[in-house]
Parts: sequence; structure tokens; C-alpha cells
Amino acid sequence: MTTISEQSPAAAVDAPPRRRGPDLRRVRWWRVVVLGVLAVYFLVPLASTFWFTVYTPGTKKFSLAPYGQMFGAAGFTTSVRMTVEVALLTIVILYALLIPAMIAVQLRLPKLKPVLESLAMVPLVLSPVALVVGVQTVLGWGLNQDPGTPLFQFAADLQNQSFPIILPIVYVVIALPFAYRSLEAGLRSVDLKTLVEASRGLGASWPVTIWRAVLPNLRSGLLSGAILTLALVFGEYTISSILQFLPFSVWIVQDGQGATSGQLAPAVSLLSLLLTWAVLFLVSFLGGRRAVGRPDRSS
Amino acid sequence: MIRLFKKLGAWGAVLPLLGYCAIALGLPVWAILWEGLHQTNPTTQQTSVTLANLTSSWHGIYLTGLLTSLRLSLLSSVISAVVGLFAAYAIAQSKGRYFKQAVLTASGVLANFGGIPLAFCFIATIGTGGVFLSWIEDVWPSFSLETFSGVALVYPYFLVPLMVLTTLPALDGLREQWKEASANLGGTAWQYWRHVGGPLLLPAALGGFVLCFGSAFAAYATAKALTSGTVPLVTTQIANILSGNVIAGEDNLGMALAFNTIIICGLMMAVYLPLRQRSAKWLES
Repeated sequence: MTTISEQSPAAAVDAPPRRRGPDLRRVRWWRVVVLGVLAVYFLVPLASTFWFTVYTPGTKKFSLAPYGQMFGAAGFTTSVRMTVEVALLTIVILYALLIPAMIAVQLRLPKLKPVLESLAMVPLVLSPVALVVGVQTVLGWGLNQDPGTPLFQFAADLQNQSFPIILPIVYVVIALPFAYRSLEAGLRSVDLKTLVEASRGLGASWPVTIWRAVLPNLRSGLLSGAILTLALVFGEYTISSILQFLPFSVWIVQDGQGATSGQLAPAVSLLSLLLTWAVLFLVSFLGGRRAVGRPDRSS
Repeated sequence: MIRLFKKLGAWGAVLPLLGYCAIALGLPVWAILWEGLHQTNPTTQQTSVTLANLTSSWHGIYLTGLLTSLRLSLLSSVISAVVGLFAAYAIAQSKGRYFKQAVLTASGVLANFGGIPLAFCFIATIGTGGVFLSWIEDVWPSFSLETFSGVALVYPYFLVPLMVLTTLPALDGLREQWKEASANLGGTAWQYWRHVGGPLLLPAALGGFVLCFGSAFAAYATAKALTSGTVPLVTTQIANILSGNVIAGEDNLGMALAFNTIIICGLMMAVYLPLRQRSAKWLES
């Protein structure tokens, strides 16, 4: 009896390091391979795109000109202004709907969480082409009314060329999964219940509680959701081109290409991709340490 | 009484979102289903219920398109799911905070990066006149970006990040103690994955796979910009019909094709949601 009880703790202390030693090395080895192959797959296309935009094989000249030219191209400001407006409206509608709903579900209606979660997943698998077919049909129903009736007017207003309200309406749906995920990550890192109870207990009203206590704690999640939405609106092509609007993404393909031997459009997409990532990366540190590392539930 | 008020207030906060989705998401979907099942007779202007649109969408080139779409989605999502799972595990294991954060944010951006810009990137790399085309042709002489395999090579660019995003929470949820417990009981690494880690990860991994599949199936702009329609896919066919390339009397065929994609989307969700629930139940306990 005594020998066993004396030996087993020693064995228990001894065993894990022996087993973990080779284990860890093997893990590191395949980690390097997997991450290395992925790094090549993901970085090489970006690097070649950069090369393509700065190097002209015909003249064998390097030039960063495409990165400057985009600002001077005809139609650039109009399309960018329209896209920025559409993006801002999308973000406002999205958050006005999503923030109260997610807080309410977290605090009072946990049973609804699966419903919300599934709803936020649907746009990921629903083809934008199919969605736009439906949107066009619905708009067509409106336009089939007699001109002058409110329904006709409404359908026509939605498709106003200079500021098509239909775009933000549809984009809110498309951006839902990404905004939901960002907010969800933000909410998970905050003890919402304590926060709200403390604020309410001190006499603050609901709007004040949300504005002064909840939102500041969610700022990292809110910002990254907003940036992802902005990036999505700037890159969205399918819906706006089929509905025949001319936001930035469509303009860059249709009008922006001719003058600069096709280097402008890749330059813009590369720049916006890197900018989005850089801003998101910086924002992810805004929330402080708590928001960055997921709280370690094991400790 | 107060509890009732609290519940009512909470419902008041949730209902706008649900209502919005019913209109902006539900109405278009309903419109497709309705129009897909109806047909307007060109001479009498009478609208009647019919299955003609649907049956013609399951024949000929449209059937080819549907099958090609399914094949492409299956191939690219299987690759992406396997690679993404390993990548997510490698990332979950890493201790570097900055590295992890950089990869996570990059995944968020790249999962969103599709369409024309993505096509540009690959055309500049391995398209006609691309920088690395000769390298690829050395190992794969018949390779062309404008074919089925070309598109299948491009799709993982946004599918792998999506897989990483969906499975990383589950991998982060695997506690180190479980591994130690398994090791202390004499379990090998294989036994740990077979009896502990694997079953825990399976719902999340399958869910990620389904999501990748749906996402690949739904993609349009990328395939269109890469192939300009030489690879028949459901989504490009719908867009073709929409832009006016229709034979007379087939006005609602686009609806029927969209109808098919919605059915497939519905099937995906029906598989994904139960998996997601199971995974969430284990990881949040």
C-alpha cells in the first residue's frame, strides 16, 4: 500500500512532461507547415496584385501612380460619396435594430437567442443573386401600381438614382451576420447583467444606461462591426450592379478602368482590404485586455 | 406585474429587428416563391399557378448549372473545411496575443473578401499573364483560372477564413485540463481526439463545413469575373436571365432558379442549426 501511494504521485508528476515533450514538438512542426502553406496561399495573390499595380511590363517602369490617380478619376467623388452615405445609413439602421434586440435577449429573453442566432446566419448562405431577384420582384410589384398612387411613389423613391434607399435596406440584411458576430463577441466579454443592474440601481433610465454604461463597454465590438459593414458596402457588387446603381464598387469596374490600363481597380481593392484589416486590428485592442483575450473559463 | 412589464419591454426591443427581417428578407423570398409558382399567359394576361417554371429549371442547361454549382461547392468546401480546421487549431494553440488577434481580424476581413476584387487578385497571380502562371503550369500544365478547377482554387480564399471564424470558438473552448485528465488516465493523443476532443468539435466542424458549402453555393461575382460564364453555375444563370437574356415565355424561369437556390439554402440551415445548438450546449456548460 505504502509503496503505491509513495510512487504514484511521483509517476503522476513525471508522466505529463515526458508525454508532453514530444507532443509539443510535433504540434509545432505541423503548425509551421499548415500556417506556412496558408500564408503563401493568402499573401502571394496580394503581393502579385501589388506588383501588377506598380509595374508596367511594356515600359518596365515602377510607379505608384495608380494609388494617386483614383482620386482624380471622373465620377470618383460622386460614387464614393454615395457609397459612404449608403454605408453610414446601413450601419445606423443595423445598430438601431440590433443593439436593443441583443441586449434585451441577453437580459430578459434568453430563449430567443437561438432564433436571433439563426436569423443572423441566413444571409450567409442565401445567395445575394437570389435575394436581389426577390427585391426586384417586390419593387416591380410596387411599380406596377398606377403612377401617382402612394405605393408606386414609394417604390420609385426607393430606387432614386442619386440616393437609392433600397441599397441600405438590403445591405442591412447582408451585413447582419458580421455585425451580429462582432456584437456577440463584445457582449460576451462584458458582464452585462451587473452593469445594467448597477446603472439602473443608481437611478439611470434605460436610454441613459445603454448610452453611458453599455455602449462604452461594447465599443470594440461596435467599431469592428461597423468597419466590417463599411468594407462590405464598399465591396458589394452583385446587388448594386443588378439593380443598376453606380456605387463605388460598380463604378470602379465599369468606368474606372479604361484610362489606367486596368491598374486602378486592383489598386483600390488592395488598398481598401489592407486599410480595413489594419483598422480592425488596431480597434481590437481598443477594448483593453478583457475584450482581446476571451475570458479564460478554465481558470 | 413588473415582470410582465419587463418581458413586454424586452419584446418591444426585439420586435423591430424581427419585423425588419420579415420585410427585407422575408418579403423578397416570398416574392420568389410566389412568382416561381406562377406564370402569366402572354396573350390573355392571365396569371395561373404552374409547375412549368420549376420543371424546366430542373432540365437541360439549368440542371447542368445546378449540378456544377453543387459539385463546385462540395469540392471547395471540403478542402476549406479540412484546411480551415487545422488552421484554426494551429491558431488556437498559439500563445502570441498579437498573432492571434492579427489572424482573427484578417479572417473577418477575408471571409468578406469576395467578388471582383478577389478575382483581380488571382488573375494578377495565376491568370493569363499572371506573375506566377508559369510556376503553376510547371506542375499542372493544363491549368487555367477560367475553368472549374481554377474557380475551385480561388473559393477557399474566403471559405477558409469563414471556417476559421466558425470553429475557433469551439477550439478555444477545449480546456487544457481535459487533455491532462486524459493523459493522466493513460490516454494517448489519438484516444483523446477519438473520445474527447473529436466529439466535442464535431458539431462545430460540421456546422462550419455546411456554412462554407452554402457560402460557396451562393457566390456569384467571383465566379462571373473569373470565368465570364464559361463554367455554368446557378447564380450566373440567374443573373443572365435577369439581365434580359431570356427566351420569350420564360420570364419566371429566373424565379424558379432562385427558388432552387432558396430550397438548398433552407436545407443547409436545417442541417446547420441543430449542429450549432449541440455545439453551443457543450461549450457553454
